Amino acid sequence: MIKVVDLHKSFGDLHVLKGIDLNISKGEVVVIIGPSGSGKSTVLRCLNRLEEANKGQIFFKGVSITDNKNDINIVRQNMGMVFQNFNLFPHMSVLENITLAPIRLNKMTEKEAEETGLKLLKRVGLKDKANNYPSQLSGGQKQRVAIARALAMSPDLMLFDEPTSALDPEMVGEVLEVIKQLAADGMTMVIVTHEMNFAKEVADRVIFMDDGVILEEASPDELFNNPRNSRTQDFLRRVIF
Amino acid sequence: MDFSFVKDYYMFFINGARITILLAIFTIIFGVILGVMFALMRISRNPLLKGIAVAYIEFIRGTPIMVQLFIFYYGLSFAGITFPDISVLGSNLNDLMAGIVALSINSAAYVAEIVRAGIQAIDKGQMEAARSLGLSYSISMRTIILPQAIRNILPALGNEFIAIIKESSIVSIIGIHELMYSNSTVRGITFRPFEPLIITALVYFVITFTLSTLVRALERRLETVD
Repeated sequence: MIKVVDLHKSFGDLHVLKGIDLNISKGEVVVIIGPSGSGKSTVLRCLNRLEEANKGQIFFKGVSITDNKNDINIVRQNMGMVFQNFNLFPHMSVLENITLAPIRLNKMTEKEAEETGLKLLKRVGLKDKANNYPSQLSGGQKQRVAIARALAMSPDLMLFDEPTSALDPEMVGEVLEVIKQLAADGMTMVIVTHEMNFAKEVADRVIFMDDGVILEEASPDELFNNPRNSRTQDFLRRVIF
Repeated sequence: MDFSFVKDYYMFFINGARITILLAIFTIIFGVILGVMFALMRISRNPLLKGIAVAYIEFIRGTPIMVQLFIFYYGLSFAGITFPDISVLGSNLNDLMAGIVALSINSAAYVAEIVRAGIQAIDKGQMEAARSLGLSYSISMRTIILPQAIRNILPALGNEFIAIIKESSIVSIIGIHELMYSNSTVRGITFRPFEPLIITALVYFVITFTLSTLVRALERRLETVD
């Protein structure tokens, strides 16, 4: 589904990604963990070109997305992204947030988009909030709407950038539940998170990153119970499960 | 003080106010359109567009409006741009156009800075969320960023509109029969320099106060949306 070859990224003098290689196949759930500043989020943001890579290539379903010849807007329609801070559009109702892209991009008529939107809201347990505005929702509800919004374009791949980091602890569960449901439905996903138990539960493969490189990747069972790299061991010793 | 002249000459003030309002309406329309355009150029990544916008904004803000007015007054005909020789509410259309163009060009620079600040105050995540859905930059700007920015900048924009009305008094020097010009006319007829100014100030105040009340009402309406 997605293939990353020798990805490099710098912010000014700061070399954030130092050669990332990554292959993700259809239906796979990949969780990226690692200390703050290790470059996890940057990898994710390079995958849909919210950050432009300085060097390296990314292929999505065989098409190079780092090549400017290919329209990134079309590529992004097939990649949903969920942000740490939800980034719902505050001037639009919950339903309008979800139907905006399908309608504007002529993927659906207004009526179809609304039907799909309501179906998605039902799926994330928020059908009764369709006409509310984001400011009237809790953090957990906002994030569930954001997931529904990303799903509205029926993407092939979902990117989650620390989806629970900005949430109050009691709201984390409801969001993770929705993501687990998606995983169970066979959605291909890349998730950056600090929730180790969740990573264990949902991941097919866990990637440990530090200082701009992938240090270790393995099944959750192996990586959490039997980490080989000393820095992985060190990191896992320090995080609280 | 003697205000007995008012009953004979009140029409001068009314006609002057009409031209002032006419000038303000066109200046606000063109100023906002041009201002948004220059704001978008100013934040664009294209160095040429950005350079043009920066140069324009800095130049306009760094030169007196009276100089700009004369540049357009003489410059339009110098450049061969003329309008039909007709009279609009007692003022020559060519003069009026020079006034509107100068005021709009001047105002656009200030509006551009207000709009730019308003756009940049919107959380970066809004643009990223819109783009991550596959929406283009221009659709994202129109549907997500600008509607939110407008709410932020409305108070500052309202101040700018009021400044436009007050500054429009300067076009009296190129012979446009607006409120300040009418003031001079009445002074010339009555030989009273002081009292007409009181009337003129009051008329300006009524216009600006009405506008600021309207802007505040609009602000309140937009606030109730979310």
